[in-house]
Amino acid sequence: MCLATHAKIMKIKGKHALVDFEGLKKDVKIILTPEVKAGDYVLVHAGFSIQKINKKEANESLKMWNTIR
Amino acid sequence: MLEFRNKATTETLIKEIRKINPKKDIKIMHVCGTHEMTIARWGLRKLLPGNIKLICGPGCPVCVTSTSEIDFAIKLVKEKNVILTTFGDMFRVPGTDSSLSETKIHGADIRVIYGVNEAVKIARKTEKQVIHFSVGFETTAPTIASEILENKTLKNFSIICSHRLIPPAMNYLLSCKDIEINGFICPGHVSTIIGCEPYKVLAENFAKPMVIGGFEPNDILLSILMILKQIKTEISKTENEYIRAVKNKGNIVAQKAMSNVFKPCDKGWRGIGTIPNSGFKLRDKFVEFDAEKKFNIKIKKSLDIKTGCKCGEIMKGKAVPHDCPYFGKICTPERPIGACMVSVEGACYIAYNYS
Ligand code: SF4
Repeated sequence: MCLATHAKIMKIKGKHALVDFEGLKKDVKIILTPEVKAGDYVLVHAGFSIQKINKKEANESLKMWNTIR
Repeated sequence: MLEFRNKATTETLIKEIRKINPKKDIKIMHVCGTHEMTIARWGLRKLLPGNIKLICGPGCPVCVTSTSEIDFAIKLVKEKNVILTTFGDMFRVPGTDSSLSETKIHGADIRVIYGVNEAVKIARKTEKQVIHFSVGFETTAPTIASEILENKTLKNFSIICSHRLIPPAMNYLLSCKDIEINGFICPGHVSTIIGCEPYKVLAENFAKPMVIGGFEPNDILLSILMILKQIKTEISKTENEYIRAVKNKGNIVAQKAMSNVFKPCDKGWRGIGTIPNSGFKLRDKFVEFDAEKKFNIKIKKSLDIKTGCKCGEIMKGKAVPHDCPYFGKICTPERPIGACMVSVEGACYIAYNYS
């Protein structure tokens, strides 16, 4: 139930945004992430974006295992 | 996110896990159905050394929803001329005598929705009372809170407030003397909301490693490696493997919405029992959104666990689905006995589909 899916914000319309889930376009509410802009990646849960995803940091955790050995 | 599925990386991570393996029994618990899905789907248990066990905790919100809440929802929609909305996972979970899906077959107006905003939309178009069966952990609760805050004047909308909170459940399990856990993979999406802080006190108080993990196979393996490293160095702290989505402080806007609308309360977890401060109830100023207060419905004594079903033991990490004599025999996803066999995030459902 806590499933959340990555999506890219295409267009912001007030409290809503049109997002792209790898081809599937949907309207989601962005009220919980008011800072997001078009082009940002977000996690979407139950019709709401709940967190902005930091693409730059995406690879950081994989680099991390190098440092924890 | 392909890098998190990269096979060469998987192999390196497994090699590192073998190298650091303390060769004694290690039990790592996760508290998220989506983590279990990743573990089962990618066959991660088979890749790990035999002494490292990944066990399920109470990470499926619909599995831990009390039968009394389901019985209340069923009686409400049967007795009053109302519309009940619910998330799909909840639809088939058995109450004491029946489920919402069986109730719908007999004519009740029950609608499966994807997000709570759809329930509000329905309420705006009807004179009828619309009640949302509001289940979910900290990932879901802010969506409900923000809809209530945006629709304060809506008179025909209310919720059955069945939200439960993860850190108090982890605290409870760690306090049980008969449950052995050596470390936790903390739930990634719950943590996008609550951040890293709530686990820090658990890591300190119980001297257990806590690693917030993402949902790709390499996320899980890296989280395990980080836990093993903590065990080896005898340091117990909270670490964040899922840094691409989890900020140290979480989502403050969402936290504010939650605390504005809800306050913590003791809550019964199906098959586990009452855990202090592990649920949400609506604050007094939002009492008109509380379906239990709005509608006077009395239910008879409800039955959480049918005789022989081991869902409770499984969610406490004391048993695995295959320990249940009913598993795959008289209990299947088509004819489930316990909630764990119904929800797509239930341990028995996942074990049935992937073993
Ligand atoms: S297999 Fe069925 S009866 Fe057994 S623990 Fe799982 S849900 Fe309960």
